[in-house]
Amino acid sequence: MAVTEHSLGRRLATALYRQPRLTLALLLVPPLLYLLVLYLGSLASLLVQSFFALDDFSGLIVRQFTLRTYSDLLAPANLDIIVRTATMAAAVTIADAFLAFPLAYYMARYASPRTKTALALAVVMPLWASYLVRVYAWKLLLAKEGIIGWVFAQLGMGWVLDGMLALPVIGGPSLSLSLIGTFLTFMYVWLPYMILPIQAALERVPPSLIEASADLGAHDNQTFRHVILPLALPGVVAGSIFTFSLTLGDFIIPGIVGNSSRFIGMAVLEQQGTSGNIPLAAAFTVVPIVIMAVYLLLAKRLGAFDAL
Amino acid sequence: MRPKAPLSLTITVVGVLAFLYIPFGVILLYAFTTEDAAFTFPPPGLTLDWFGVAWNRADLWPALSLSLQVAAVATISALLLGTLAASAVFRSRFFGRDAISLLLLLPIALPGIVTGIALRSGMGLLDIPFSFWTIVIGHTTFCMVVVYNNVLARYRRMAPSLVEASMDLGATGWETFQHIVLPTIGTALLAGGMLAFALSFDEIIVTTFTSGNQDTLPIWIFKQLTKPRQRPVTNIVALFVIAVTVIPILLANRLTRDTGGVAGGGK
Repeated sequence: MAVTEHSLGRRLATALYRQPRLTLALLLVPPLLYLLVLYLGSLASLLVQSFFALDDFSGLIVRQFTLRTYSDLLAPANLDIIVRTATMAAAVTIADAFLAFPLAYYMARYASPRTKTALALAVVMPLWASYLVRVYAWKLLLAKEGIIGWVFAQLGMGWVLDGMLALPVIGGPSLSLSLIGTFLTFMYVWLPYMILPIQAALERVPPSLIEASADLGAHDNQTFRHVILPLALPGVVAGSIFTFSLTLGDFIIPGIVGNSSRFIGMAVLEQQGTSGNIPLAAAFTVVPIVIMAVYLLLAKRLGAFDAL
Repeated sequence: MRPKAPLSLTITVVGVLAFLYIPFGVILLYAFTTEDAAFTFPPPGLTLDWFGVAWNRADLWPALSLSLQVAAVATISALLLGTLAASAVFRSRFFGRDAISLLLLLPIALPGIVTGIALRSGMGLLDIPFSFWTIVIGHTTFCMVVVYNNVLARYRRMAPSLVEASMDLGATGWETFQHIVLPTIGTALLAGGMLAFALSFDEIIVTTFTSGNQDTLPIWIFKQLTKPRQRPVTNIVALFVIAVTVIPILLANRLTRDTGGVAGGGK
């Protein structure tokens, strides 16, 4: 009995080995079915819904092709949300690039292999250690009577903070209730995503190039500006893909820290939830997808994918 | 000889590292504050009472148990599907291979809200009621890729002749898998599984769209943030969440150290 089973198994193994296509199909069917049907199917159904519209009187979704939802999307109130979100994403990206560069530069040029491994882990750890908890930590830091306010007061610079909070649009009653607070939280939460690609790009700058630049009489500053910085640019672009995309779709951070001005993610949540306007929610979701598609095309031109 | 970093750079680096880690210290500190509703700095007093309060909160345990169950089931499904996909992509070149790699990456490359609302609209279309399983489906979608990345990276380091030798020596496919393939990819599976678990345990954005009215632990925390009472309890839960996500990551990092770090990236 055992023998026949064995030989059956062996025959099966041989058959599969001889039929690599069959084996391949058997391996691929479960994950592909999952991704194609559940994931891509869902994405497609979402896109289709953005071409439906909500009937104003009955509040029901009319399943008929129309571009009305997209014209609703361009209403001033909604455009405001899109512009605000894109501006925030751009500001966060630029700030993160400035913060990330020194650490990435240090890791690539000065750190010993041991320190480098430790630093890489130190940069990645916060990413894994609960996103929500890190956002919550910033709510505590930014609270009216919280640490940041305390530090400003101890330094006798409370008036600087008050001045910042008195600014129109980005100010508010306290940091945790202002767009400055939203910005700081975004900047903190996505920072590691910027550090690693820049480091990867800097890692690939051949030392001989730097030496050659010095041999040709360039100062360290000149070498930095004309040799290192241009070569690091693809890394910055690669990192910005993450910081930009993640800011565009987030609704948790502006929900916890900030004034009540809305971002794309919050609009999506609201439209599909309380308002029940799934078509408009879907159209809102298309905005980050389109922005990211354009962004990725540009990034590809700049060679950012090699730095990922 | 390695050049020495200028002092200003070293100071900046220390500053950025401090920036990355100070928020965790803040969470820890306010877990012990005597204040119920405010985050005054410095805290007026320190106490251990909140640990007892947290332990006795009845609403906390179902959320924790749900999160653990979801993470466990999502990890197992991600292990199965991710390994299958990695095996297929590794063993042969076929039409659409690159498309499959891209497809696997899509759930973490697109903002979470896109995945979330897409799945919600798909489930609505198919009339699937929200349940434990809809949360699992959402999590499996983005957990699959970390397993896939880890296993594929390991396959690329394995000598293909090993499998052929095993088959030549008369082993069946199953025997070859059991004695050759599995031991090779074992730690990669373990690492990928732990990353997937940590990813799922902490996820909130996709979960918001696929959970109906059940609260996972992150959703429970999110709801606490708008409640003014017993604030430090949230900090204790936050510390617990950090421990549950960080310990597997450190272990995964250890397991894949020789293969060039953890393959996968964030969410």
